[in-house]
Amino acid sequence: MTDAELERIVARRWRLGALLTAVMMAAYFGFILLVAFAKPTVGQLLAGDRVSLGIVLGAAVIVLAPILTAIYVRWANRHYDSAIAALRERQ
Amino acid sequence: MTSSIGEANVTAIASFLVFVGITLVITWWAARKTRNASQFFAAGGQISAVQNGFALAGDFMSAASFLGIAGMVSMSGFDGLIYSVGWLVGWPVITFLIAEPLRNLGKYTFADVVAYRLRQGPVRVAAGISTLTVVAFYLIAQMVGAGELIQLMFGIPYRWAIGIVGGVMLLYVLFGGMIATTWVQIIKACLLLLGATLLAVLVLAHYGMNPLELFAAARDQYGASVLAPGKQVANPLDAVSLGIALMFGTAGLPHILMRFYTVPDARTARRSVGIATSLIGFFYLVTFILGFGAATLVGRDGIKVFGEKGNMAAPLLAETLGGTGFLGFISAVAFATILAVVAGLTLSGAAALSHDLWGHAIKKNKFEERDQLRIARYATIGLALLAIVLGVVFEGQNVAFMVGLAFAIAASANFPALLLSMIWKRFTTRGAVASMLTGTVVTLVLIVLSPTVYDELLGYEAVFPLRNPGVITVPLAFLVGILASLSKREPQAEDAFAEAQHRMHFGPKPTGGTASSSAPRRAP
Repeated sequence: MTDAELERIVARRWRLGALLTAVMMAAYFGFILLVAFAKPTVGQLLAGDRVSLGIVLGAAVIVLAPILTAIYVRWANRHYDSAIAALRERQ
Repeated sequence: MTSSIGEANVTAIASFLVFVGITLVITWWAARKTRNASQFFAAGGQISAVQNGFALAGDFMSAASFLGIAGMVSMSGFDGLIYSVGWLVGWPVITFLIAEPLRNLGKYTFADVVAYRLRQGPVRVAAGISTLTVVAFYLIAQMVGAGELIQLMFGIPYRWAIGIVGGVMLLYVLFGGMIATTWVQIIKACLLLLGATLLAVLVLAHYGMNPLELFAAARDQYGASVLAPGKQVANPLDAVSLGIALMFGTAGLPHILMRFYTVPDARTARRSVGIATSLIGFFYLVTFILGFGAATLVGRDGIKVFGEKGNMAAPLLAETLGGTGFLGFISAVAFATILAVVAGLTLSGAAALSHDLWGHAIKKNKFEERDQLRIARYATIGLALLAIVLGVVFEGQNVAFMVGLAFAIAASANFPALLLSMIWKRFTTRGAVASMLTGTVVTLVLIVLSPTVYDELLGYEAVFPLRNPGVITVPLAFLVGILASLSKREPQAEDAFAEAQHRMHFGPKPTGGTASSSAPRRAP
C-alpha cells in the first residue's frame, strides 16, 4: 500500500465530511438567524395562507439532515469502502 | 375540560406491565449471554445496523422531546418548532465526523479514542469527570421528569415512581448489560414511533390527511401569529448558543457514542447512524403534527389545566381522539421511554467508572476481565441508587434546563477533544486534559451565572447574559486544547499518529485469520 493513496482517500473523506457538516450548519444557523432577524419574512403566509414560510423552512431543515446523511453514506459505501478494501488487498 | 388523566387507567397499567414483563424476559435471556465485559458494555459487537439505528433513536428520543416538544408547539405554535429543529442537526455531524473513526479506534467509551495515542491516566480521569457530569445532569432531568410525569399520568406518588424507574432500570442494566439495554431501546423506539404516528394519522384524518388544513385550522383558531415567529428568539445570540450546544453536544453524549461499539464494524456504524437520523427526523415531523393537533382539537385552555408548559398535550390528544384506552397506551409508552433513556445513561456512566477510571486510570489496564465486570456491576448499582437519590432531592425543582446543560458540557468537554484527537497530529495529553476540564468547569460556572439559574432560581440579576453558554465554551475548549498542545510537544503521541490514522480507516487488526476482504484462493 502506498501512503499517498491512503492519504488521498482519507483526505477526500474528511473533506466531504467537513463540507456536509458546513452545509448542515449553514442551513440550521441560517434558519435561526432568519427567524431572529427577518421575522416578517419568516411569518409570511403561503399556499392560500395555510402555512408560513417558517414552517416550510423548519421542516426543510429537518428533512435535509437525513438527506445529507444519505449522501454521505452512499458515497462511503460506494467509493470509500472499495478504496480501503483495495488498499488492504495490497498490504 | 374533563379528563381521566391521573386516575388509575387500566390500559395504561396493563400496557406498562406488558412492557416491563417482556423487557424483563429479554433481560433474563440477555443475562445468560452476558458473560464478559465486551458483552456487558458492547453487546459483543453483534448488533446489526438496523437494530442499532433503532436503538440510537431510542436512546435519543426522550419523553422530554415527545411530551415537551408537542407541548411547546401546542402552546406557542411556530416558536415550539424552532426549538425542536436543533435536536436533530447534531446527528449528521456524528455521521460525517465521528461514528466511523470512533468505532475503529475505541472499545467501550469515547475516551478510548481520545486516549489512543496519549497518556492514559490523565486523559481517562478528565474524560471520566466530563462523562459523569453529563450523565448526572441528564439523569436528574430524566428522573425528576419521570417522577412528575408518572405521578400526573398514573396517579402514583412521586417517590414511588422514582423508585419504580430506578429499580426496573437497575434490573435491565445489572443483569442484561448492553444486550438487554439495546433491546429495551429498540422496543421503546418502535412503540414510541408507532404511538406517535398513529396519533398523527388520527389528527390528519380530521383534516383530510392534509397538514396544510391543520395549520389553517390553527390559524383560524389562534390567529396567523401561531404560524409565525414570536418571542422565542428574542436574543439571537442566545438562540445560536443553544444551537451550538445541541449540534455538537449530540456528538459528545457518552451514551450515544457508546452505541457505536455495539456494531461489528465502521460500515455498520455508518449505516446505523443513517437509519437513526431518518427515524429521529421523522419523529420530530410527527411531533409538530401532534402539537398543532393538540392546539386545534384539544384546545390550549384544556391543555393548560394540566400544566402551563403543555406537557400533557400529546396524552390529552390521545384521549380526545382515541379514548381512555389510547391515553393509557400513550402514557405507558412515555413511561417506557423514560425507563429506556435512564438505562442507557446508567450503562454509559458504569462504563466510565469501570473502564476509564478503574480499568485504565487506577489499574493501568492490568486486571482480570472478570473483575472489571464485577466493578461495572457495582458501579451500576451505585449509579441507580444515585439516580433515585437525585430524583428525590430535586423533587419539585425546575430541572428542565439541566438537559441543555448536559448538551453544553458534552459539546464543550467531549466533542472538541474527540475531534482534535482524530484529526490533529500535534494534539497532546496536556491539550486533551486542558480542553476537557475547561469545557466541563467553564460550562458549569457560566450556567450558574446565567439567567436560567441566577434569575429564575436564585432571584438575582444574572452576571452572564446567555442562557446556554455553548457559543463561548465550545470555541474556548478548542482554543485551550490547541494552545495547551502547542505549548509542549509530545513526541510519542506524534509518532503514534500514523498508526492511529491507519487503524481509523482499516479498523482493528483482524484476529485469528478472518481477513474478510482476502480473495478466495484460485485452484491450481
